[in-house]
Formats: sequence, structure tokens, C-alpha cells
Amino acid sequence: MKHTLRQIFRSGKFVFGFSIFVGILLIVIIYPLIITNHPLEIVGQGTFFPPGVYVNVYDSLGSTSYTLMLEDAAAKRIASKLSEGDRTAIKEWLVKAGIPEGEIDTADTEKLLDQWVNNYDPNKNIPGMTNAKRNYFIRLNNSLKGLLSTEGVSIAVKNTETGALEESDFVGQSEYVNVSQVASVRVLPLGTDNFGRDVLTELVAATRVSLQIGFVAGTIATLIGLALGLLAGYVGGLVDDIIMFITNLFTVIPTFVLLILISFSIGQDKRGPFAIAVVIGLTAWFWTARAVRAQVISLRNRDHVNLSKLSGHSIAHIIIADILPYIASYVVMALILQISAGILAEAGLSILGLGPRTTEVPTLGLMMNWAMIYQAQILGKWWAYFPVIVVIALIAFSLNLMNTGLDQVFNPALRD
Amino acid sequence: MPVEKELYLSASGLTKVFGFGRQKTVAVDHVDLNLYEGEVISIVGESGSGKTTLAKMLLGLISTTEGDIYFQGKKRDISTHRKKKEYWKNIQAIFQDPFSSYNIFNKIDTVLLDCIHMRGGRKFPYAKKVELMTEACSFVNLKFEELTNKYPFELSGGQMQRLMIARIFLLKPKILLADEPTSMIDACSRATILDMLMQLRKEIGMTIIFITHDIGLAYYVSDSVYIMEHGKFVESGSADDVILRPKEPYTKRLLNDVPKIYEEWDLSTV
Ligand SMILES: Nc1ncnc2c1ncn2[C@@H]1O[C@H](COP(=O)(O)OP(=O)(O)O)[C@@H](O)[C@H]1O
Ligand SMILES: [Mg+2]
Repeated sequence: MKHTLRQIFRSGKFVFGFSIFVGILLIVIIYPLIITNHPLEIVGQGTFFPPGVYVNVYDSLGSTSYTLMLEDAAAKRIASKLSEGDRTAIKEWLVKAGIPEGEIDTADTEKLLDQWVNNYDPNKNIPGMTNAKRNYFIRLNNSLKGLLSTEGVSIAVKNTETGALEESDFVGQSEYVNVSQVASVRVLPLGTDNFGRDVLTELVAATRVSLQIGFVAGTIATLIGLALGLLAGYVGGLVDDIIMFITNLFTVIPTFVLLILISFSIGQDKRGPFAIAVVIGLTAWFWTARAVRAQVISLRNRDHVNLSKLSGHSIAHIIIADILPYIASYVVMALILQISAGILAEAGLSILGLGPRTTEVPTLGLMMNWAMIYQAQILGKWWAYFPVIVVIALIAFSLNLMNTGLDQVFNPALRD
Repeated sequence: MPVEKELYLSASGLTKVFGFGRQKTVAVDHVDLNLYEGEVISIVGESGSGKTTLAKMLLGLISTTEGDIYFQGKKRDISTHRKKKEYWKNIQAIFQDPFSSYNIFNKIDTVLLDCIHMRGGRKFPYAKKVELMTEACSFVNLKFEELTNKYPFELSGGQMQRLMIARIFLLKPKILLADEPTSMIDACSRATILDMLMQLRKEIGMTIIFITHDIGLAYYVSDSVYIMEHGKFVESGSADDVILRPKEPYTKRLLNDVPKIYEEWDLSTV
């Protein structure tokens, strides 16, 4: 036993997969202890805020301000206002207005703006330009006004009695606040989703729930499969025929369709994560049953089983002591695969909108479902779905790697 | 044949068919067999002739397709677990391959304790159990102190087969079915194993069915011999009759494979 364990942990594949899996588990356990926000709390008024550090503007006005003389500050400010699309548009207009293309450099912000300010005339008639395009250039021009200004901004407060605006503060262009001194800062490493929820916090919670669903579904499937496989394989005869009939029936029906039908018939309000896990488990046991049966049939005529019979042991004792230990490694491997399959099945169901009801807990599948409904993939809001895919892939990858590693240990023919 | 002795085990028309249709194999084909108290009989045949299948039917480990088995004059009844257990107190076996005969997850102690428990010793104080196990081990020249808490696969093939004999020593069955007990172990251990079997037979007055592919060995150990070919007994009788005056060509062929039968199995040297 100890020897086998040592051998398992000497298998590179197993250790690699195991490390990834334990890493995921640790994050899932430790993260909620540090970040105690509710995973479904809506923090953003709006959809899909990009990942980043969110600094409260009002609080930063109130924080100590420092003056830093940074040479590139102005250039950066202008550059951040002027997108790549705006630059090409400006170039397009300038070329049409008769400036030689060689003289225009979209990368040189200051020169480009200079050329624009000197040449742009909203009334200039450029042949072949649509009205919509003309209006776009007028808007662009307005947004660029004041970009080259070196003045600061005044903060004014409304006098409660007179209603007049009174300047309360003035922010110069070289003033800085220290982020760590701003009262309210929120880091959203993966931004927010369509509901305005913190994606990372939600993702961790979803991973935990999905793992639980996987464990429950995998355990149910493995236990049922093991029990029926042992019974069919060892007892044989009519019992075997009946069990194999049911198993074959399940094998020919596409399970996922079955899963969809059952989930659908349960109804949205009764579909908690646990119910979904049970349904997945109930439709996944037959592979294990088949495999266990085959193993038991090859074991039941072995001499050590015969010797156990001759020693007067009961069927129960023989199954537990003389059959189970021989297939234990196999069952562990089946369990690992079933867990992985359970997590994927939940994701598949949820993407179709047949997963657990959406109000209580997130799951990896539900996050994918939400991202898809709100077209995150079309809008390019990668943070709403890509991390979810990565987590699903990592879990499946690590579990399958552990399985391959175990296979190599238990199956000497596969050792490299 | 000693008439006054009790007929222990007999079989008539015993048949075993595996599979059906095209894959049908008739492993044992209408076999009759009589085993009297205290006797040693040998079943001799080439590999695949159905010896092990016959043994398993006699042991009640597999079902029979056809035919009856009588035990001590009555038709054998092993329909319930209790009846089977009772039957197996009387008939035990040693299998061909010691390496697959043991549950690799059980310690040697478990193997031997099972036998003590089967003989009604479940409530014995542990010291008494150790005493019994030590006695059984020393009978086969093993030291229980060295074996305790070890696993059978830590032993050599010969030692494992000796442990099997120790098991029989504890169980003291009326009949022992030894299915090629020496064919998978090294030549040096063979004579020792056979010797121990014969000694055990004397000690507890056991009746033995000895299965072998080696006709010379059969001559050495047995009173009567059954020659088996393709599931049928083609010739049977006293060891002297069958082996010294064979009638069937199959028997003669088996004998030709052991040309130096008289020198090799000189009774005094083994
Ligand atoms: N469980 C089984 N299923 C199908 N055929 C079997 C089975 N056991 C034995 N046989 C067949 O029965 C025949 C006799 O085998 P066996 O009794 O093991 O012979 P022996 O012990 O003399 O070598 C062989 O042809 C073998 O293939
Ligand atoms: Mg055999």
C-alpha cells in the first residue's frame, strides 16, 4: 500500500496533475477567507467593466496631492485620448485635404495634432465624403479641443443657499495622488460581468460549486456503477442479464440528451446545484458498471477467490476482501474521470440554460451561459468567459493527467 | 480394490460444457469416478484435457452441466452457503499456481487464521491460534515467527506451496484435491512438496485426488490411475495395471514421454 503510494507520487504525470488540482483547491479554499465579498454582489452599475484598479475619483480629490514633474505626462494624456482609429481618420482627412502622405506620421502625436489644428476646416468640401463621415470629423474635432491646454480644472461646489457655484478646489495637470492613500480603491483583476459582479470572486465561488457538483456526481456515478458492476459480474446469471440490459439501454441512449430531458422536466425552480449533480450522477454510472463488471468477471474465477470460497467465506466477504482490493485502483481512476466528466456535464447543461437555477450560486457553466447570453464573446469582453474556459480546461486537464499517471503505475505495460 | 473401505466421493456421467454454439467446448465429457477412503488416485492428462475443470466440479466451485456427484453415499447438496461450507470442511484443494492462489492483500497470518476459524477455532485465545499456526508451519519446515506479518508474495513458489500444505494441515479435510501442485515450482522443491503431502496423508489419514500431467509422478504416488484425454477417461485401473501394462495408445504415448520411468522414480531415493 505504502509502496504503491510512493510509486504513484513518483509518476511525473500524476504529480503534475495533482499539483495543479491541489493548487486550484487551495485557491478555492483560501481566497474566500481573504476576500469575503459575496460572490454574487453587484458592484458595477453597467456591464463588462474591464479588468483593472478602480480608484474613487471623489476620494482622490480629497487625498493629499503631490506635484510630480513628469516629462511624458502630457504626451501620455494626449495619446490616451487619441485612439488608433482616430489617428488613421485624421490621416485620411489630411491626405484628402491635400497634405502629402509622406509628411504625416500617425505615431507622432504632437505633430499630427498640429497638422490637424492648422488644416481642419469643417466647411471644407471634400469630394466623396458622406454626411455621416463629415459629422464624425466634427465630433472628433470637438473632442480634441482643449487637449493641448496646459490649464488645470476647477472643482466647484453648489452653494446650498444661493445655488451659485463656488470654486472649492483646483486640480493642476501635474498633481498626483498616491493610490494607497485614496480612501476607496477596488481592484477588479478580471473586471465585472454583465450583471456588474466581480468576475474573479465569482469565478472562485463558481469553481468551488462546480467541483462540488463534480464530486457529488462522480461519487454517485461511481458508487452505483461499482455496486451494479460487482453484482452483475460476481453473481452472474439472471441478475447479470437484468443489469446488463439496463446498462446497454443507457449506453445506446445519448446520455447528454437524457440529461437535457431530465433537467428540463425537473423545472427551473427545483434545479439546485445538488439536484443537478444527482441527475448527472444518475446518468453517468453505466460506464463504470460495465468496466467493473468486466474486471470482476475476470477476477471471479481466479484461484485466490476459489481459495477464499474453500475457506468458507461469504459472498459479501469475498466481494469486499478478494475482489474490491483488486479493482480499487481501477475504481479510483474511474472516479477521477467521472468527476471531470461531471464538471463538464454541468458546464454543458448550463450553457444550454438547463443548469442550476441562477439566483443562489454561480457555477462555471452558469458563468459561461451568462457571458454567452450577453454576447461577451462578440463584444470582445474576454474577461467574462476566457478565465472560465481556462479553469474548466485546467480542472479537466489535471484530473485526466492524474488518471494517466495512475494508469501508468497500475498498468506496467504503459510505463515509459 | 479394498472393498471394506467407504466410498467417499463418486461421480457418474459428469460433464462440463463451456460456452455454446460455435464456441462450445466440452471440457469434461461423461466421466465416472470412485474414490474410497484412504486411497490416492491420480488423474493424468495433457494440458487442456479437462483435469482442472473436473477438479473444480468435484470441489463445487463451478456448476456441472450434467451428471451427479455423491459424497459419502449421498447425493451431494451444496445449494446453500451453509451446506457448501460444511462440504468444504471435508474436501479441500491445492491449486496449480501458487502465485495466483493467494489474495495479495492478505497477510500470511490471515490465510492460516481463516483455516483455524473454519475448524471452529474463532474463539480460541490468540496464543492458542499462534501455537496452531506455528505447528502447521513447522510441519512444512517453515518458521511462523519469520512469516508473521509478511505477505505470501514475499515467499518463493516452493514456500508458497508449502504454506498451502500447512493450510491443509490445519483444515484436516477428509479429501484433498491436489491440482498439479508441483508443476509451477522449481525441480528442487518438487520432491519436498510431494514428500510433505504423503507425510500429511499418513498423519491425518487423508484421501487424495492427485492431478498431474506427469504419468511417472502418478505411478509414484497413487493406488489407482485415471488417464484423461479430451475430457474423457480413456483408461483407468490400479497404478500397476495402467502404467506397467497400458492398453490405450494415448497412455502409451504419455509413457513414452517419460522413458526412464523406473530409474527416475525409484521409490527409495525421493
Ligand atoms: N472458464 C472457462 N471458459 C471456457 N473454457 C474453459 C474454461 N475453463 C477451461 N476451459 C476449457 O476447457 C478445457 C479444459 O481446460 P482445463 O480443465 O483447465 O484443462 P487442464 O487442467 O487439463 O489443463 C480447455 O480447452 C479450456 O480452454
Ligand atoms: Mg489445469
